[in-house]
Amino acid sequence: MGERAIKLPDIGEGVAEAELVEWHVKPGDIVREDTLLAAVMTDKATVEIPSPVEGEVIWLGAKVGDVVAIGSELVRLKVAEDSAETPVPRPTVAAPAPPSPDPPPPAADRPETPTAAPRQPAPATATVAATSPRPHQASGRLWGAPRREGEKPIASPAVRLRAREAGVDLRQVAGTGPAGRITHEDLDAFVARGPSVAPLRGLRAQTAITDIKLVGLRRRIAEKMALAHAHIPHITYVEEIDVTALEELRAPLNHDKREDQSRLTLLPFLMRAIVRAVAVQPQLNALYDDDAGILHQHAGVHIGIATQTASGLMVPVVRHAETLDLWACAAEAARVADAARTGTAAREALSGSTITISSLGAMGGVVSTPIINHPEVAIVGVNKIVTRPVWNGAAFLPRKTMNLSSSFDHRVVDGWDAATFIQRIKTLLETPALIFMEGHEP
Amino acid sequence: MKAMSCKLLVIGAGPGGYVCATRAGQRGIDTVIVEATKLGGTCLNVGCIPSKALIHAADEYDKVARFAAGNSALGIVASDPRIDLTQTMRWKDNIVGRLNGGVAGLLKHAAVKVVEGWARFRDGKTVEVETETGLQVIHAEQVVIAAGSRPVELSALPFGGRVISSTEALALRTVPNRLVVVGAGYIGLELGTAFAKMGAHVTVVEALPRILPQYDAALTRPVETRLRQLGIEVLTGAKAIGLTPAGDGLAVETADGQSKALAADNILVAIGRAPLTAGWGLEALDLDMDGPFLRIDEHCRTSMRGVYAIGDVTGEPMLAHRASAQGEMVAAIAAGDKRAWDSVCIPAICFTDPEIVTAGLLPDTARAAGIDVRTGLSPFQANGRALTLGQDAGFIRVVARADNHLILGIQGVGAGIAELSAAFAMALEMGARLEDVAATIHAHPTQSESLMEAARNALNHSAHVAAHPST
Repeated sequence: MGERAIKLPDIGEGVAEAELVEWHVKPGDIVREDTLLAAVMTDKATVEIPSPVEGEVIWLGAKVGDVVAIGSELVRLKVAEDSAETPVPRPTVAAPAPPSPDPPPPAADRPETPTAAPRQPAPATATVAATSPRPHQASGRLWGAPRREGEKPIASPAVRLRAREAGVDLRQVAGTGPAGRITHEDLDAFVARGPSVAPLRGLRAQTAITDIKLVGLRRRIAEKMALAHAHIPHITYVEEIDVTALEELRAPLNHDKREDQSRLTLLPFLMRAIVRAVAVQPQLNALYDDDAGILHQHAGVHIGIATQTASGLMVPVVRHAETLDLWACAAEAARVADAARTGTAAREALSGSTITISSLGAMGGVVSTPIINHPEVAIVGVNKIVTRPVWNGAAFLPRKTMNLSSSFDHRVVDGWDAATFIQRIKTLLETPALIFMEGHEP
Repeated sequence: MKAMSCKLLVIGAGPGGYVCATRAGQRGIDTVIVEATKLGGTCLNVGCIPSKALIHAADEYDKVARFAAGNSALGIVASDPRIDLTQTMRWKDNIVGRLNGGVAGLLKHAAVKVVEGWARFRDGKTVEVETETGLQVIHAEQVVIAAGSRPVELSALPFGGRVISSTEALALRTVPNRLVVVGAGYIGLELGTAFAKMGAHVTVVEALPRILPQYDAALTRPVETRLRQLGIEVLTGAKAIGLTPAGDGLAVETADGQSKALAADNILVAIGRAPLTAGWGLEALDLDMDGPFLRIDEHCRTSMRGVYAIGDVTGEPMLAHRASAQGEMVAAIAAGDKRAWDSVCIPAICFTDPEIVTAGLLPDTARAAGIDVRTGLSPFQANGRALTLGQDAGFIRVVARADNHLILGIQGVGAGIAELSAAFAMALEMGARLEDVAATIHAHPTQSESLMEAARNALNHSAHVAAHPST
């Protein structure tokens, strides 16, 4: 038998390091060739690392959340002699960037789960019975009766003092003694198994704190949101759009659509409207490099579609929306969002947007304050469609209305420009035929 | 003007303050205690201790006087007993003096500095004391207010002359021929009974419909009976109007609206005690109040950081042992321990004849709190020891939860049962159930057996209730 070190392979051009987001194996696991060992994340793409050989995992080179350099050892396997072609260097002879300052010994290493598991796994409450035998007298109704709300726990002064000094709130401790009296043994058992698994007895204060390490996508989101919020002075502008005409148009289009065409939502209309609007105000389809003081104004309209995925917010990109008609917009938006949700989006599909749409559909609320997708300068937020009575000058009519809540980088977009932009989109959406009137300046 | 600073400053050397200071000193905390009068506070100097001395002397004299009157079932003959109250007071003062010295010794041993004088707050951490040698300024990191309480005065009947408070009553040199006691609370009845036993004609005036209103009627009935036997007249529902025009008695308005003049050599006003919250600069601190008391939390902290309050200034029950327990706790907190007030009960004793002891909830208060209770009672008439003492009035009663038999309260009324308060409180603090007390072997023959019997009675298997008294 020999050892084989698996290094983090080069996973894309220009990428020097990646964050380990998940271990699929643990020491002791037997892996086959192509068994997935770990997932690492670069930018927004998650890459699975398969095992090139068969063997037994004996050492993991990083913890979840660690940033691992390309080429550094990720896993060591015990393999059959003939496949141990890469001699294993001692851990101290490390790759350029060792995964952690002090690689733990193989046996003691345990992957950290990124889930919200309590730090101490809770043993069943049955263990209490094992350590503190119940009184053997009969008439069980006298014992273990739940304490009523606000009722003081029963405990001798010595038990109370010990609890006080140990920082234990006796209200959380179940008493096994007569009349539910808390014994020294009950207190011992409670301290031994930690405070989070006290059997429930009515309403009680919850003092457990679960530490969740932010890793992977969640950490990226956090960093990106902080960056955008800290750097960009947002101006948010909310306008009501009457989408009755648009909805009247959308229904027959969907009814008569071809089999291969995607169902039209409001999104492709909005995408087309944005394309039309930024054609007039190109400074809103731009990336602002504030360090250099340069606004990169893009001719191509690459629309980010903020998408909720199982692992968090992603922004897949519909590239060159200016080249896509309504149906193509619908198809592309559905395709990239689906790819993001299923985790099959390529890295390129998750970057390069120049303006972003944020829509929560039916959950869209009345107003939102979208955070700009840095370094873009505009984000259009879609709120939910509701039917409202609208005064037309003579009567109240039921109209389908919707708010757009849009944020702009106030450093480069004045309020007037922001308002003009949204009014233009309003005009286009309220009279959807205009969306298709090429040559007409909305 | 002199200045000093310390870690912990205690204002008042009563049973709260001196215990706090002593414990703090023992824990190595640099502690100063300020006392304007004598060490030991109300309890030791003009309260619990001297009154118990006087009550004991009165009991002893009463016994002999009854023997002399030929009323001894025991066959004891005595003649011409007299009481020299001046000597009694000397004896009492000697006890007080010994205890004063004891407190001084405790403080000294604990390296606590005692400053004699009246303290007044400048701010929450600075106090100035008028001492015999001039103004002493003391700055402290933490302060404990243990200022205590004082007897409440009736505005229509100010203290002075023949109108006295308990303090003066405990220093009388002769037994008054006619004593009128205003207030049938525990202080008035304890002292009224003692003076009656020493030969005074005692009348008690109480505005409420009954005596000792904090207890239920069952508990006070043996006391009422004994007051009658002692020839003490109790006027309930009667108002003290003021001195008679001649100044030789008390004008009262009786329950039926009649005006009545009660001739009196002394009028003892014992209508209660009020927290001492004036005269020491409370206004400079602006502490949150709880009615007339200083508001404290479960750590005896006031609303000002680093300022604690203990004892009678903090509320009912105004009892020495509560103050001491608070003082002990605050000393531990000042030493860095985690402590909070979590006592189940503060036992209380009324040293009337017979004595009333209460710990925990009375049956009525438990029921009022919505608790389904069962009670058990054992009369001393069924207790052999009580019979051999010739004092078979009273009973012991337990109150327990009906569902799990947890004992919530124990009360008793009977001669000499003050000492049983320890057993009552112990049972409650330990979370005893009726079965625990019922199954504990109680030594025979003692009055304490009635506690066991009461628990058994609550469990419906008492051997001695509704049966013949046993030996």
